[in-house]
Amino acid sequence: MKQKKVLETGFHCVFLLCGLIAVAFVLFISIYLVLSGIPAIREIGLPEFLFGKTWSAGTNQFGILPFILTSVYGTAGAVLLGAPLGIMTAVYISKVAPARTAEMIHTAVALLAGIPSVVYGLVGMIVLVPGIQKLFSLSSGACLLAAILVLTVMILPYVINVSETALRAVPKEYEEASLALGATETETYFKVSLTAARSGVVTAIVQGVGRAIGEAMAIIMVSGNVANMPGLFRSVRFLTTAIVSEMSYASPGSLQKQALFSIGLVLFLFIMMINAFLRLILRKEAR
Amino acid sequence: MKTTKRLIPLCLSVLLALSVFSGCGSKDDGSALSGTVATNGSTSMEKVIGVLSEQFMLDHSDVTVTYDPTGSGTGIESVSNGSCDIGLSSRALKDTETGLTATVLALDGIAVVVNSSNGVSDLTVAQIADIFTGKITNWSEVGGDDLEISCIGRESGSGTRDGFESVTGTSNSCVLAQELTSTGAVISAVAGNRNAIGYASLSAVEGQSGIKTLTVEGVECTENTILDGSYAIQRPFVLVTRENETLSAAAKSFFDYATSPEAADLIRTAGAVPVV
Repeated sequence: MKQKKVLETGFHCVFLLCGLIAVAFVLFISIYLVLSGIPAIREIGLPEFLFGKTWSAGTNQFGILPFILTSVYGTAGAVLLGAPLGIMTAVYISKVAPARTAEMIHTAVALLAGIPSVVYGLVGMIVLVPGIQKLFSLSSGACLLAAILVLTVMILPYVINVSETALRAVPKEYEEASLALGATETETYFKVSLTAARSGVVTAIVQGVGRAIGEAMAIIMVSGNVANMPGLFRSVRFLTTAIVSEMSYASPGSLQKQALFSIGLVLFLFIMMINAFLRLILRKEAR
Repeated sequence: MKTTKRLIPLCLSVLLALSVFSGCGSKDDGSALSGTVATNGSTSMEKVIGVLSEQFMLDHSDVTVTYDPTGSGTGIESVSNGSCDIGLSSRALKDTETGLTATVLALDGIAVVVNSSNGVSDLTVAQIADIFTGKITNWSEVGGDDLEISCIGRESGSGTRDGFESVTGTSNSCVLAQELTSTGAVISAVAGNRNAIGYASLSAVEGQSGIKTLTVEGVECTENTILDGSYAIQRPFVLVTRENETLSAAAKSFFDYATSPEAADLIRTAGAVPVV
């Protein structure tokens, strides 16, 4: 009996330790990002850093407005395309499709989620970029539109999976009642099922946003990567790709390298805001 | 019996593992060099110095070759004030930089490439500069088809970009359609786009399909034209040492190795053209 108790307490300590390690990582990364991100912002000046329109390491100009706007537009575009597509797919899988078809689509979606992002980028670079160039007769197809399309495909599995789970959790009685009252199936899906599952659907979309804003590898290969102000057919650079493309060459201790850390800090704050928003929704729904 | 049976594979695997070390042991080449060789300078020379120092350290296990990628100017300055043994510069010394000896280690030729379906096959340095700074925007202006030009460059900090921009005089004024982070990406982007023009090290464009290397002012980009100086878009990789001062034994040995014919193939694998 006594031995059992000792074992129990021992394991409680192990669990606690594991939990603390995860927290320690988060704390360490946050503190490190803040400490290494602040000096450059202080040297450049917060307004110049956030709202400057020119990024050029050669002339020591570090304004990240083009990156911020590109990340916002790119993510918004991907969600605008991906959310309706994903939610409709989820409705189809969970409500309409025969069991076998649903199973097939479900497997396909799971596969889509497992494809490494660099493969999305590669296919985008070889197929999508030349395609866009031909379709719109541009001089170069590497542009914001290509990045949006790649991101749309990348967030699809997240949106589909989370909304599907939410839709499946809607009590059958709601839908049966709606049908019994004379509503058509389509009316039931949109007005009853989706309404009942709305917190799950919103979670799905917010997760998609988080995924899209943090992606780097796939879009660096299709977006052209020039620090322009964003335009659908212009070569653009995201917050993430700005860090990736210059980090390896920025000399240690230079303002350029510090500014890259500051971009990391801005990106980190963006993700935090998205997470806070997600928690807010979940808490509201729990009440 | 059972334990012996189990022991046999164990013993065998231990033997196998130990056999890995059989090739090791002291390889006495008589010189017994030791110490550190500090090099400092051009970021563009990273690959060349990387392969050379790797091989040199394999041959002389007691010597460490360090490399600080700080830039040509800093490299020259730090060798003249004695904080490193060998300075690395990707440009010739200026007249003001005295008291130093420059030894050309290799030449870096940068090829200008276009899509293989492009009708243009020759450009002048001035035309290339105008294209990359956005003064010439259509291929018809330089004798090609009526197509908009799409300039593909490298990210800031890249040695190839630095070399290209410093030779063509377009530093910080290029208007690019794409900024890619590797030579391979530039080549595949040019190969996939009729409108494109890009640049890459000579060694990277040889034998690639889908692209065409332009002649610059009538001169083809080959090892020979880079060596005789007739190909314009090139720059030297220079080892800088202090005049009237002997290098340490280890540094002298590394210097001699790097400039010897033995090192030529390694320099070639790093994308530069050896001079010996």
